[in-house]
Amino acid sequence: MKRNLILAGVGGQGLLALAAVIGEAARSLDLHVLQAEVHGMAQRGGVVQSHLRYSNQPIHSALIKDGTAHLILSLEPMEALRYVPQLAADGAIVANSVPFKNIPNYPDEHAVETEIRHVPVHRLIDAVELAKAAGAVQATNMVMLGAGAPFLELPMQILQAAIRSVFSSKSEAMIETNLRAFQSGFSASQAAE
Amino acid sequence: MPTRLLLGNESLAQGAIDAGLSGAYAYPGTPSTEITAYVLRSPQVAAGEVRCAWTANEKTALEAALGMSYGGKRAMASMKHVGLNVAADPFINSAISGTHGGLIINVADDPSMHSSQNEQDSRVYLDLSMMPCIEPADQQEAYQVPGVAFALSERYRIPVMIRLTTRLCHSRATVTTGEGQPRNEFSYPDNPKRFILLPALARKSYARLLDRQADFVHESETSLFTRYFEGTDLSTGIMACGTAYHYVREIVGEDCPHPILKIGQYPLPIGLIERMTSQCNRILVFEDGYPYLENKLRGLPVRQTPAIHGRLTGHLPRTGELSPDAVAGAFGTEPIRNEPSTVPAPRPPALCPGCPHIDTCKALNTVLKAGEDASGRLFSDIGCYTLSALPPYESVDTCIEMGASITMAKGASQAGLHPAVALIGDSTFTHSGMTGLLDCVNENANVTVVIVDNLTIAMTGGQTSSATNRLADICAGLGVDPDHIRIITPLPNKHEENVNVLRQEIAHTGPSVVIAVRECIQTARRSRSKGGSS
Repeated sequence: MKRNLILAGVGGQGLLALAAVIGEAARSLDLHVLQAEVHGMAQRGGVVQSHLRYSNQPIHSALIKDGTAHLILSLEPMEALRYVPQLAADGAIVANSVPFKNIPNYPDEHAVETEIRHVPVHRLIDAVELAKAAGAVQATNMVMLGAGAPFLELPMQILQAAIRSVFSSKSEAMIETNLRAFQSGFSASQAAE
Repeated sequence: MPTRLLLGNESLAQGAIDAGLSGAYAYPGTPSTEITAYVLRSPQVAAGEVRCAWTANEKTALEAALGMSYGGKRAMASMKHVGLNVAADPFINSAISGTHGGLIINVADDPSMHSSQNEQDSRVYLDLSMMPCIEPADQQEAYQVPGVAFALSERYRIPVMIRLTTRLCHSRATVTTGEGQPRNEFSYPDNPKRFILLPALARKSYARLLDRQADFVHESETSLFTRYFEGTDLSTGIMACGTAYHYVREIVGEDCPHPILKIGQYPLPIGLIERMTSQCNRILVFEDGYPYLENKLRGLPVRQTPAIHGRLTGHLPRTGELSPDAVAGAFGTEPIRNEPSTVPAPRPPALCPGCPHIDTCKALNTVLKAGEDASGRLFSDIGCYTLSALPPYESVDTCIEMGASITMAKGASQAGLHPAVALIGDSTFTHSGMTGLLDCVNENANVTVVIVDNLTIAMTGGQTSSATNRLADICAGLGVDPDHIRIITPLPNKHEENVNVLRQEIAHTGPSVVIAVRECIQTARRSRSKGGSS
């Protein structure tokens, strides 16, 4: 078993927390985990991405080779398309459908959506709406974790336990919100199949 | 044994704490920041067992670590690669004086310049200082390195550099941690004259350093972090330094027919290198950063046998960090990849909405860039405000290195440029700006210095700034006329007021300082709400 994931988004969207939950879930199963993060200057509203790999065999490279990513999980639609060269032929894109427009030349939204729909396996989820319904717009990242969950090859209860573990310093209400967001993302992803 | 998911930087920090660390000093800089941030959060610091602090700059950090070593305790200083330029003086001279308690110097290089102005390779400094260095290949090794390095340091009374690169610093992996070791008790150095580098004494210490070089090579050859894997196909031998080893393994697998020399310690393990060069027809060299090993292998004149292939021969890109695709390319493998999508637009980093620097830069643009007279220039520095070089602001005209804003503005004004305005952050000012301002005062330079005080070291994540709320006093103490030290609040509704202050101070002949004080929007938001899911 081996999974190569590319997590994508914009600085400030909660990408590192998303990566931390998946990484913790894989670690708790005693899998080998390697996860490359972006820190520093790029976090200021720029492009952020994380390569996350886990396997029951040792993993060497923190970076994913082109054409070998099983999943692009993106908190923003246009950002998902940035990593198409890394996606495997049978790889999936799971993306939040709500654009984050902090640049003047954001492309036509329909062009972005059409391009994502060209990928044979894809899910476009209105994660902001689902996060609000779950109780906090900041939980958008957990909605997307749920939406990506069917592609992670990690048991649901392990992911839920990892959410509790990563957010253990937060209030119980916040943890519950995150768990609800996760569940609603999962349901939406299943329904979109 | 417990496993934890740790960044390379965190692994190294935990390894140092477990290896009996007593003191850690640093100036934050990507990609090194999380080493010291981790130590600061540790229970050992909370309990007062380990001293840890952000210092004014990398030089003061390394000197403090050397002082703690003088007192017999294990200490470390951490910095990014360009920080080593700032700390170069104690770096080179502490190798001559030697140490007492173990001293390690963590230097994080940034190939591809993810968050830096250059991609200099710190290993070049090893040739200047002649100190040993360990380069971990992965997070588990990063955990083991401090224990080995402290022991090496104490065995030879020499500082040891730890070379890291961005990808290791900022990648997480499952790491098995061990038991903590006891910390050294305070003690005086056995031969305190070593620490007096007067020429007559320094010559002796220098001779001692030269005498040790053969021992250091032997240590590298037998190091835990260096390994020779035999191979049956001797047409090509592979040498890989640090993290490059794992990119090679990713591509060639566990059963590689070629011999592989994994190099994790410097000076270079000459005996093992000779073993491979005498056996193989060509050597393929993998290293992140400069072609440091490759250059030495090629020699002058360039050796013909074996052929040396790497970054200098086009087998790998000359610049930028290594990747599994680049390494696969060196083995002649064509990548299978989808065509890139043409839809995404670039999304460069930007000043955050509500950032105080936006208001300062708008005021400066009105004064310097709008209107009939655009003869002025804005000499900038290293920090978030450097992002105002990008549209829509395009405010700053220079960014070279820490502290260069004030001194370049001074020189430019003396060349005839007016208005010569410097833009510098609070922590960059205390890092390297204060001495330049003293120069301005001493020469009565016609310069206006704008200090943007957001009360934190913002770009690296909000570390404590050295002189919060004391900047005006420092400027007055350096001799700036108190009438020409002005405080402004960078807010949209104060634009006109701030423009007027800037115009008045530019009109003043001689040095003046305008301090724009408003808290970083990120730290303000964090202190307001401790909730949220990011």
